[in-house]
Amino acid sequence: MLEIYSGALDVESILSRWYRLSLRDNCGAFVPFVGSVRDENGISGLSFDLYEPLLKSWFARCSDRVEKEGATLCMAHSNGNVYLQESSFVCAIYSSKRKIALSMIAEFVEDFKTDAPIWKYDLIGKRRIYALERSTPLYGSGILS
Amino acid sequence: MVSVEFLGPIEIPTMQLEIGSLAELGEILRTIDESKKWLEVSAIAINDTLVDSLDIELKDGDRICLLPPVCGG
Repeated sequence: MLEIYSGALDVESILSRWYRLSLRDNCGAFVPFVGSVRDENGISGLSFDLYEPLLKSWFARCSDRVEKEGATLCMAHSNGNVYLQESSFVCAIYSSKRKIALSMIAEFVEDFKTDAPIWKYDLIGKRRIYALERSTPLYGSGILS
Repeated sequence: MVSVEFLGPIEIPTMQLEIGSLAELGEILRTIDESKKWLEVSAIAINDTLVDSLDIELKDGDRICLLPPVCGG
């Protein structure tokens, strides 16, 4: 499942809900990952733009891959501003045994960083500055150049 | 007529263009300073599917998006 929220995520509530789903499905392993905003480079927070149509189709493909291994993928992400010591990204994979969930969560988070159509900005003072140097071109980039 | 939408940090309003191919779109966007600088790093989606070739015929009503480099989390 994919969930999009305006602003910071309520991590405890989201993970608690997904965790209960894993118990309901008789899974023995629940592996979460949480991405939070840390204090660095003078930022007051981060800001995000999402392109939902492509995000949903990308997530559906990831979810299919995970389900083929008998596991379930959950992800939540923020849209808009998220401030220091708040969280913008939560995901979890649950499966009957630990190995599948442990290996697939790392793979998913790396795919997410390079393939999810989400744009990040640093909030510094009143400015919202695109984090180009930390961003990755998507598949097929440059064909119009 | 196709629409061309610029996503994320690209601050260009959506365009409506009478073009029949992505190659034609490239020709137009290379003449505009604000769009030219994004072309090398941007991906293209047609009707929400990323493409990797210019050899695609555009149809009336197609929706094209330019997607600059991404970074979630």
